[in-house]
Amino acid sequence: MQTRKKYIFLTFLASWLLLFFFGGDQLRRFAFFSGRKAEARRNWPHWTDRSLLKNFADPEELQRDGDPSLLSPRERRAAWLSVYKSSRCRMESCFDFSRCNRNGFKVFTYPRERDQPISESYGKILASIERSRYYTPNPEEACLFILSIDTLDRDHLSAQYVRNVDEKIHGFPLWNGGRNHLIFNLYSGTWPNYTGDLGFDIGQAILAKASFDTESFRPGFDVSIPLFSKDHPQRGGERGWLSQDSVPPKKKYLLVFKGKRYLTGIGSGTRNALHHIHNGKDIISLTTCKHGKDWEKHKDTRCDKDNVDYEKFDYQELLHNSTFCIVPRGRRLGSFRFLEALQAACIPVLLSDGWELPFSEAIDWSKAAVVGSERLLLQIPSAVRCIHPERVLAFQQQTQFLWDAYFSSVDKIVHTTLEIIKDRLSPHRSRSRFLWNTLPGGLLVLPDFSTHPGDFPFYYLQHGSSPSEKFTAFIRVVSQGGSLSQPILRLIQAVSGSQYCAQILVLWSCEKPPPPSGKWPQTTVPLTIIQGRRKLSDRFFPYTAIQTDAVLSLDEHTSLSTSEVDFAFVVWRSFPERIVGFPALSHFWDPEQGRWGYTSKWTNELSIVLTAAAFYHRYYHSLFTEYLPAGLRELVDGLATCEDILMNVLVAAVTKLPPIKVTQRKQHKDTVPQQVKGTAGAAGSRRFSQRQDCLDQLVDWFGYMPLVSSQLRLDPVLFKDQVSVLRKKYPRLERP
Amino acid sequence: IMCASTKYNTRGPALIPRMKTKHRIYYITLFSIVLLGLIATGMFQFWPHSIESSSDWTVEKRSVHDVPVVKLPADSPIPERGDLSCRMHTCFDVYRCGFNPKNKIKVYIYSLKKYVDEFGTAVSNTISREYNELLTAISDSEFYTDDVNRACLFVPSIDVLNQNVLRIKETAQALAQLSRWDRGTNHLLFNMLPGGPPDYNTALDVPRDRALLAGGGFSTWTYRQGYDVSIPVYSPLSAEVDLPERGPGPRRYFILSSQMALHPEYQSELEALQAENGESVLILDKCTNLSDGVPAVRKRCYKNQVFDYPQVLQESTFCVVLRGARLGQAVLSDVLQAGCVPVIIADSYILPFSEVLDWKRASVVIPEEKMPEMYSILQSIPQRQIEEMQRQARWFWEAYFRSMKAIALATLQIINDRIYPYAAISYEEWNDPPAVKWSSVSNPLFLPLIPPQSQGFTAVVLTYDRVESLFRVITEVSKVPSLSKLLVVWNNQNKNPPEDSLWPKIRVPLKVVRTAENKLSNRFFPYDEIETEAVLAIDDDIIMLTSDELQFGYEVWREFPDRLVGYPGRLHLWDHEMNKWKYESEWTNEVSMVLTGAAFYHKYFNYLYTYKMPGDIKNWVDAHMNCEDIAMNFLVANVTGKSVIKVTPRKKFKCPECTAIDGLSLDQTHMVERSECINKFASVFGTMPLKVVEHRADPVLYKDDFPEKLKSFPNIGSL
Repeated sequence: MQTRKKYIFLTFLASWLLLFFFGGDQLRRFAFFSGRKAEARRNWPHWTDRSLLKNFADPEELQRDGDPSLLSPRERRAAWLSVYKSSRCRMESCFDFSRCNRNGFKVFTYPRERDQPISESYGKILASIERSRYYTPNPEEACLFILSIDTLDRDHLSAQYVRNVDEKIHGFPLWNGGRNHLIFNLYSGTWPNYTGDLGFDIGQAILAKASFDTESFRPGFDVSIPLFSKDHPQRGGERGWLSQDSVPPKKKYLLVFKGKRYLTGIGSGTRNALHHIHNGKDIISLTTCKHGKDWEKHKDTRCDKDNVDYEKFDYQELLHNSTFCIVPRGRRLGSFRFLEALQAACIPVLLSDGWELPFSEAIDWSKAAVVGSERLLLQIPSAVRCIHPERVLAFQQQTQFLWDAYFSSVDKIVHTTLEIIKDRLSPHRSRSRFLWNTLPGGLLVLPDFSTHPGDFPFYYLQHGSSPSEKFTAFIRVVSQGGSLSQPILRLIQAVSGSQYCAQILVLWSCEKPPPPSGKWPQTTVPLTIIQGRRKLSDRFFPYTAIQTDAVLSLDEHTSLSTSEVDFAFVVWRSFPERIVGFPALSHFWDPEQGRWGYTSKWTNELSIVLTAAAFYHRYYHSLFTEYLPAGLRELVDGLATCEDILMNVLVAAVTKLPPIKVTQRKQHKDTVPQQVKGTAGAAGSRRFSQRQDCLDQLVDWFGYMPLVSSQLRLDPVLFKDQVSVLRKKYPRLERP
Repeated sequence: IMCASTKYNTRGPALIPRMKTKHRIYYITLFSIVLLGLIATGMFQFWPHSIESSSDWTVEKRSVHDVPVVKLPADSPIPERGDLSCRMHTCFDVYRCGFNPKNKIKVYIYSLKKYVDEFGTAVSNTISREYNELLTAISDSEFYTDDVNRACLFVPSIDVLNQNVLRIKETAQALAQLSRWDRGTNHLLFNMLPGGPPDYNTALDVPRDRALLAGGGFSTWTYRQGYDVSIPVYSPLSAEVDLPERGPGPRRYFILSSQMALHPEYQSELEALQAENGESVLILDKCTNLSDGVPAVRKRCYKNQVFDYPQVLQESTFCVVLRGARLGQAVLSDVLQAGCVPVIIADSYILPFSEVLDWKRASVVIPEEKMPEMYSILQSIPQRQIEEMQRQARWFWEAYFRSMKAIALATLQIINDRIYPYAAISYEEWNDPPAVKWSSVSNPLFLPLIPPQSQGFTAVVLTYDRVESLFRVITEVSKVPSLSKLLVVWNNQNKNPPEDSLWPKIRVPLKVVRTAENKLSNRFFPYDEIETEAVLAIDDDIIMLTSDELQFGYEVWREFPDRLVGYPGRLHLWDHEMNKWKYESEWTNEVSMVLTGAAFYHKYFNYLYTYKMPGDIKNWVDAHMNCEDIAMNFLVANVTGKSVIKVTPRKKFKCPECTAIDGLSLDQTHMVERSECINKFASVFGTMPLKVVEHRADPVLYKDDFPEKLKSFPNIGSL
């Protein structure tokens, strides 16, 4: 800039400032004369006698809040049963808790009737329940009942509408006015108002419904579920689309919408206004009038141009490339868009006033979505622009977590519904909102194990605590000898030599009784023998004797030194949610046979750490025994192998992370294959192929391959460095 | 409206023009003159106003008794009863609240009046002490406005905290004649004691049409979720009694009940518990034989023993809070104050501020039917959790129960959060006690994502004038398969970078960014040119890293994308003699830092370093031209709570023609300076975030007896 120009600019600036200053004052004066008094803020007065004011209630009245003339608590609760029914149902008044006290939380599904076709989605819901650990085929022991009548689509114009539901359910001897029943519904009401009407009397049944409105939602009783399509996978489910975390969000668009514009009828208010925020640059809001048969009848002047613009953009492309996605109400409050946006990590901007958001009892949507108001549509662009980039990043990640934890499959949606109801049965043994909204999510947190975040492997950092400083060694003995072999004696010596070892547990799974206590080696730490039931899944049973956070799982043949144990444990304390151990395998996709396989050969990757020598958190014993369905454990017990792979698959499914391999002095890999071969030819190879099958079966059950590969191994900092051995903390790990 | 927050400079320091000194002087002089003029006029303009306003205060010095009297005719309108179907989107007028950059609602308080019926009898008592405190708190808060036209929420000065002292119909009439009543739209009423004999309704019986109700003692049937606000019943003992917070640890009693006039049925259930479990259960009741003058509310008795209330609550681990005639009980506040974990037995009760507070962390809710199992239920709670609940209970009291101000502000904040949900206060801010906020970390990259390998990384080389060495680094780094771009940050303002033709020809794009000032923080600027998540920061003299080592480093980073993954490791130690932190670069068995002379990390941390570095660290580093790497280590460890990952074996970071990191590190003054950095940063962060670990990452088959050519990363560890 030249000096002269600068002067001109400056003079201009100065005069402008002065003008603003005086002029502004003039304006203020004008306002002063025309209306309000220009005086200081008129605050609430400081009364001179404020210290003499009386309390709002007499202190004694506050502390003695009883009235003997009132109903007794028991009578009052009995009276609720008759007063608070149907639309005023609550768990206290419409649910029979006593049914759940006897056998715990068991769910019964009505037997399916042959002449009664059910929709694909409802079939999936029933299958989810029947596969779950809560299922019971016996109505006597059930706490919750699910109808076999398809109630998902209650729009009587729909082809899947089931008629005469009232008559049918009243014929069921178990119906009992709907008490302890759970009814699923995705669509209710019909043109033109799409009300919440289901076309039959649900009585005292709990309603799990999509597009729930806050007015008819019975808080603490009903469950709002998301709308999902019939193609929604039964289990597993697709992953979210977020593959990188960038700040600021590196997306082409800020805010997008592409959908129908209703010209008349319910929901048209919002849909008709959406085009106003379209700016053609970073905000794309496209609407079309084309829907239904007679759209041209209601056609307005915008329609033709809108329809042209509409075709220019691809919905999928918009989903992939936008930071925020508008999820407006359709005819009903919820839409498929909601889950689509969630999966796409496109932060949902909800314009659906009065929608009770899915699983709102558990999920804190303020961390994953922008809840807008239909009435304030025009403020949305500036509101989302003002959201800080790091908050956008947190939002994006939360959408992915929620999608993966609660929504990506029918199994997850159904299980979340069941867990929410289960949590109500014993409020003191239920998940806090923190547990629901933090990785890995409520379904993987068993309140029966603990309700304290510090007891789980996932929350140490958020909770500001750290895992316990000792571990429990857990040795499984199966050898038929009945006496103690040399390897096991050496193992006990090595493990008990670790400064971090709190105790040794021996799981004795032989037919012969364990040797008397005198035969066991003398150790500095307590040694306890547990009699096993000779089942393989026993080794992951949550024994109460395990009191430390860390478990060192060992086989009797394992050979480890004290240094190895010490170093591995120190590493585990940095990664308490993972399996940290020695011998490793890696899985691979076998394109020829079209299935998953794994290898114990030397590879540059690993995805499984054998539990023959591994540290992990004791919570995984609970997950293994209580979270996995009995069928999987039976599979493992039946094959008499593969329990370690199941454990690895489970932990990977929970953490989405690979296990960690640490330095091992003696290569376990040399010994393992020999053992397999050693068990003589045919039997050995059969066992191997069974193990291969097993991985395939596990993947089938989980619905995807949870294992994650890693290319690294953790060694001590100075491992094999050219430094004096005296300087090294773990010199023994380097001995050949 | 622009959001300043998102408008950070994405173009980098390279484009800041430097003015010539001569012109700068002109500018400064001119500006000072203008500024002085403005200030002078400003003083002149505004002085009289401030005198005026201070005189206003004298006017407000009056008694609650000399306020205008309003006569309510007998036939003056009565509002409709409360509408149970009201929700924010149906009964609340959001247009009154508008969009404002502060995201704060404006609250208006009607001035105090005295209402009399047509016979001249007062409709209610004068305003209570608590309601006056509440209105004072609102008036002093950021929410307050005295301009009725700008208000979004209206708070009547008619005191309805206690329904028992109200004349219901006349109070309703008084509400209806408020100037902006409009069917109660956007009006907020505070009520703590609802209902009355014989049926004890759980919500205020005064007809109030669409008004929002902040009520104590809602039941699930009267509470309009997302519309009403459930508030505590204030206990005046909060102000009267000072109970110092008691540390965790066992207390004398396990369960204590301190309420008077309990229903005989509850009483007998409690006695059964006591009979079963003996002395650990203490059931207190009213004292019958107190001498005159002792306030009954401050004493409790068990048989002949007399206890001070509420002090006795501190002697117990759990304190029972049973419903009385009403659901909300003032004792809940006393119990929380004592840091006793409330055991809430009141079916259908909506707990105070349940919309935002996670009561599962501070209380145990037991269904009335399960009262006989109470002891075993409470016994099953682990000690650690009990201690946290005690701390949490106390924190709830301090933050949301202790005064009418706390109650009023929490209520307004809840309503504010509904109107500006995108600016709402988070779960953690509502629920985490300060101690937890301090000790816990919330990792900004919390999702376990393994970034796709195809993305590659961007190498950022900070250089000043070592062109020859720089070119060697560029050539070496360009051999790494996953390199996707090379960015040279030219930090020398006195010299131009070499001509394009002189640069090494490499297979990936090479960009040169020129900086405006020779600052170390330029290395950590989130340049737009960095398009990958992974950044490799590398000095212009690090030529000794092999391609395998760098590629492996990138693979390790992919598995730990929220950490610093680097080559030379360093350690911090506590120097017991000097009583301060010490920097250590010797060959140790532990690491807590990696040097950013060669390290992979997420681009997000560039953003954090540039815009969110605490205190004056960033400027301090630029001024001292040192320790930018230590600062980065602190920043990442503090925000993630995780350790660094050192990759690959130790190697000599030395080259003949340059002063490498190691060479420099040996310098004694350098070491002292680095130690000072650690101490300085630890004091700014208020904690020592660095984590010490004993491991480093090597390829799975490193040093294993296996053919080298079959290994993914054979060339690792060569010196």
